[in-house]
Amino acid sequence: MTDATMNSKPGTEIRRPTLTGERLKKRYAAERRFRLYGLGSILTAGLILVFLVGSITGTGYTAFLQTYIKLNISFDPEFLDPAGTGDVAQLASADYGGMVKKNLRDNFPEVTSRRDKRKLYNFVSPNAGFDLRTMVIDDPSLVGQSLDLWIKASDDIDMLTKGYVDRTLEESNRRVSDTELVWYDKLDSNDRIESRFNTDFFVKADSREPEEAGILGAVTGSLLTLVITLLLSFPIGVMAAIYLEEFAPKNKWTDLIEVNINNLAAVPSIVFGLLGLAMFLNFFGFPRSAPLVGGMVLALMTLPTIIIASRSALKAVPPSIREAALGLGASPLQVVTHHVLPLAMPGILTGTIIGMAQALGETAPLLMIGMIAFIVDVPGGFTDPATVLPVQIYLWADSPERAFVERTSAAIMVLLAFLIFMNILAVMLRKKFERRW
Amino acid sequence: MSEKKKMAKSDASPASKATPPNATPKMKGDKVKVFYGEKQALMDVDLDIQPNEVTALIGPSGCGKSTFLRCLNRMNDVIDICRVEGKITLDDEDIYDSTLDPVQLRARVGMVFQKPNPFPKSIYDNVAYGPRIHGTAQSKADIDEIVETSLTKAGLFGEVKDRLLEPGTGLSGGQQQRLCIARAIAVNPEVILMDEPCSALDPIATAKIEELIDELRENYTIVIVTHSMQQAARVSQRTAFFHLGELVEVGDTEQIFTNPNDSRTQGYITGRFG
Ligand SMILES: Nc1ncnc2c1ncn2[C@@H]1O[C@H](COP(=O)(O)OP(=O)(O)OP(=O)(O)O)[C@@H](O)[C@H]1O
Ligand SMILES: [Mg+2]
Repeated sequence: MTDATMNSKPGTEIRRPTLTGERLKKRYAAERRFRLYGLGSILTAGLILVFLVGSITGTGYTAFLQTYIKLNISFDPEFLDPAGTGDVAQLASADYGGMVKKNLRDNFPEVTSRRDKRKLYNFVSPNAGFDLRTMVIDDPSLVGQSLDLWIKASDDIDMLTKGYVDRTLEESNRRVSDTELVWYDKLDSNDRIESRFNTDFFVKADSREPEEAGILGAVTGSLLTLVITLLLSFPIGVMAAIYLEEFAPKNKWTDLIEVNINNLAAVPSIVFGLLGLAMFLNFFGFPRSAPLVGGMVLALMTLPTIIIASRSALKAVPPSIREAALGLGASPLQVVTHHVLPLAMPGILTGTIIGMAQALGETAPLLMIGMIAFIVDVPGGFTDPATVLPVQIYLWADSPERAFVERTSAAIMVLLAFLIFMNILAVMLRKKFERRW
Repeated sequence: MSEKKKMAKSDASPASKATPPNATPKMKGDKVKVFYGEKQALMDVDLDIQPNEVTALIGPSGCGKSTFLRCLNRMNDVIDICRVEGKITLDDEDIYDSTLDPVQLRARVGMVFQKPNPFPKSIYDNVAYGPRIHGTAQSKADIDEIVETSLTKAGLFGEVKDRLLEPGTGLSGGQQQRLCIARAIAVNPEVILMDEPCSALDPIATAKIEELIDELRENYTIVIVTHSMQQAARVSQRTAFFHLGELVEVGDTEQIFTNPNDSRTQGYITGRFG
């Protein structure tokens, strides 16, 4: 038998990988295609995001402006202080609404009919009187003076300025009538109409009047609620995760607990709201609509997220680190506090912030515990009635006035800003605590 | 160094023959059985560890060397499915007694693992960790000194003295292993268990570690797992051969390597299997 015959036997033939030809071309093509798919997905996601943010900003940015009308206001003692006492209590209770109306009539002497007068009164915000009252109380020497002041316009006029009123429509289909348009154009040509930054939007709470409605009440409510959520869910969640991951024996009870925690994470949030309603409000009798209860309900909802994130962060710490510390005679608690927890912290914090961001955007469970109420005061504490940003968005989106449409979008922008801030915070914390292996 | 080498060699000679059989063992394993779940990994191992000696555990992969080593400081406790039967004593004290605190046991019986596992902290903090948690050093100066002597003993100080505050994980594999040894001896345990401490090291670092082991023998009792027959012969006074979970043979290193009683030992050390 020769070598040649041996090599020709199929079983002993040495097959080396072929590096050329069809297979290689196919492989390259598959890799190129895969990269294109990935790029395509990213682009699609990016486009959707641009569209979403673009449409919200497009409708929302005008809410940051507010129309003001320059009117000559005389602080008539006849309205403010007929007896001439100069008493602050008298000044505070005076009829400012009447004063504004009189001044409007004085500014438009040509308006005489009752119907037209009512239209005229509708030019400025019904709350203009309150603003003037504040001015007078701050400075009583205004009484008797006559000044050119910028008065906040009503939402209809504001919409007209912002171009949301279509002048080509038939009069009956417009919120602003022909006569009003004439007055408006006259004011405009006299430079008595101006758009200013809408400070009120950021420093006031909700109102029935769109031009008076602000976001501060909801923002404060959200912050108070999140403080409670964080204070409850972070320590409980992290402790539960540490116990389950580091100390609990692995048996069917802990398996059962694990399955249930995973289930809880998937429970619709409104169920937590029902639980909160039954437990916190009906059983414990906590106040309705309060950030305290809202925070507790959201904490229930956030707990599974935090526990799951913390457990996987703890799991990711290599067991060799635990063995090393144990082998040196560290107690199990020392192993956790000195080594495992610091290493797991970035993951735990990221999970917590993601949970908080979820809680910030949550509406449904809060509806169940009455945080959907219309609240005109900025909440001052954890038990004051309050609403939260997403509920505010929901309420405004439900309102018929055109001016609330832009405010809805503006509120969404504020909410998004908070979410972006929280996510940046998550990234920064992770960077700060991350360690090289 | 050459002196040390000579010493190690002379140990194997009959004159300085390891320990007289009547000496009290530092640690004593009596019918040790270990189960991982249903599977039995050690069968009735009776093994005495003599004080101030290096005991080498050899045997083919998977025969239970690491398992036995981990019984000696109860590191098996952390494995849920692991169950230990039989009796192991340290200075005549049952280490599996329910009143004994495994945490304190591990301060007396230290361990160096097969894979280097420094903490992701500075080199200094790695070594200082043990003394800090056990309160063996009070002042910063004390700790500084322990860190320096431990690193010097482990033959690492020269290489790292300028970067003690850099992370220990940034060292090379061999340097990391020596850091782990320095970390273990900084606690000053009575017994040091080493699981293949040189498997990641180059011959020079290995020689340094072997020299260190020989030095440590004066003050510590050492148990070392190794796959290198030469290493077992060089550093140990007694050698135990494991096979399939059984302790086949234990005796003076000299005798095991020159005149083993069991044919399996003979086969393993001459390279016929394993
Ligand atoms: N955590 C564990 N769970 C289940 N079985 C294990 C575990 N650790 C070890 N074993 C089994 O116990 C037996 C002994 O393992 P051990 O690690 O003690 O071997 P070894 O002698 O150290 O081997 P090597 O030289 O490869 O390190 C092996 O069969 C192994 O599969
Ligand atoms: Mg092993």
